[in-house]
Amino acid sequence: MQNDPQLNANGELRHLLSIEGLPREVLMSILDTAASFVGVTEREVKKVPLLRGKSVFNLFFEPSTRTRTTFEIAAKRLSADVINLNVAASSQTKGESLLDTVSNLSAMQADLFVVRHGSSGAPFLIAQHVKPHEHVINAGDGRHAHPTQGLLDLYTIRHYKQDFSRLRVAIVGDVLHSRVARSLIHGLTTLGTPEVRVIGPQTLLPTGVEALGVKVFNKMQDGLRDVDVVVMLRLQSERMRGALLPSAQEFFKHYGLTAQKLALAKPDAIVMHPGPMNRGVEIDSTVADGPHSVILPQVTFGIAVRMAVMSIVAGN
Amino acid sequence: MNPLPDAERLCTQLATELKPVVTSGTAMIGLYTGGVWLAERLHAALGIAESLGTMDIAFYRDDYHQQGLARDPKRTQIPFAVEGRDLLLVDDVLHTGRTVRAAMNELFDYGRPARISLVVLADRGGRELPICAQYCGGKVDVPVGMRLRLLRDGEGKLKLEMQHAE
Repeated sequence: MQNDPQLNANGELRHLLSIEGLPREVLMSILDTAASFVGVTEREVKKVPLLRGKSVFNLFFEPSTRTRTTFEIAAKRLSADVINLNVAASSQTKGESLLDTVSNLSAMQADLFVVRHGSSGAPFLIAQHVKPHEHVINAGDGRHAHPTQGLLDLYTIRHYKQDFSRLRVAIVGDVLHSRVARSLIHGLTTLGTPEVRVIGPQTLLPTGVEALGVKVFNKMQDGLRDVDVVVMLRLQSERMRGALLPSAQEFFKHYGLTAQKLALAKPDAIVMHPGPMNRGVEIDSTVADGPHSVILPQVTFGIAVRMAVMSIVAGN
Repeated sequence: MNPLPDAERLCTQLATELKPVVTSGTAMIGLYTGGVWLAERLHAALGIAESLGTMDIAFYRDDYHQQGLARDPKRTQIPFAVEGRDLLLVDDVLHTGRTVRAAMNELFDYGRPARISLVVLADRGGRELPICAQYCGGKVDVPVGMRLRLLRDGEGKLKLEMQHAE
């Protein structure tokens, strides 16, 4: 823990790279701070002056409109200047190295880098090379981590269910390709969730996933029974090379969340999805738009959570 | 050094002083943490009709760049429209005036009040900004290196205490 590159000498969060390894107090502090920012996002003037004069660079080496937008809104609500760089379409294609790109932006007086990269570990590499006053937030790296999504999932679960210590949470679908699932599993375990389940076909579950402290189910009918929270994952077809699955239709038949399957969960269960949703592939429209769904509140909370993370790291 | 004044007595005294200025349009906001305790007492004693507002100025502090974000800021909750309102802003101890500055900035993000009056239990001097309290329980001399804090015990009784500054 001492050597966690995310923490400074006082154990405070300096970069957010992964939920894995973060102490419970740090996670709780982010969630509590986010709760105060939810208050700000409900006001007419949704802006506070914390990051006035700071520059936030959204450095996206992999396209993602939604995540980039929520980071942009969060930074603007903190009064920062936001610069969006779609690097996939610029210097990298001209052969500039990752660290050269970052050094150049650093010379433009960056304070905070929000990084999405297709390769696992890229934000760690950047964090090791930035200047002391610069901070890095991982906005998704390869299959590794997506900590702000994990945190907003945790925030949403706490909002609706309050106490993690008596919850049964099921994460369903393409766990193999999902950095969201990995971040959420680490967060749930750290916050003391007694039962985390993953449900999916064997081909879409990482080998040795049990080592993360989860129960593995291959059938929805078994895994969904009596759960409090259902987290549906997106079927990442663009990441899938080769035949891990017969077809999307086949997947929906076995692992798509329908009202009928959801009835196995507790009557007050909530349904979450990190988006973007594939309706009719991993989730049926009646469920996505139904009374158990908290998918849109997740998006709203996501902004407050990102405001919390940015203002905490930029101040440490 | 003179003994610290009795916070309960100052609170009663403030309520008496405020009684004639409270109208049906008056609203009150307490600043976390001690200011909220005092405001809860005054709000009840004065029978103010509007619900009490509570404010944590963590997102408006001017020392963020040195200190970072305060841990676990409370959520500001103002259950009435600030626009055009006659406001009593309540804090426990008035010192540099920076907290009040931050609170006023935050308030203006909710609307344009008709008037803000500052109510404090104790004024310990040491102002760094041109801010003064319209209603003040009492002045307290605080030696260098010490700070004055309001405490609340299990029965809800208020008490002033001198502590070593961190």
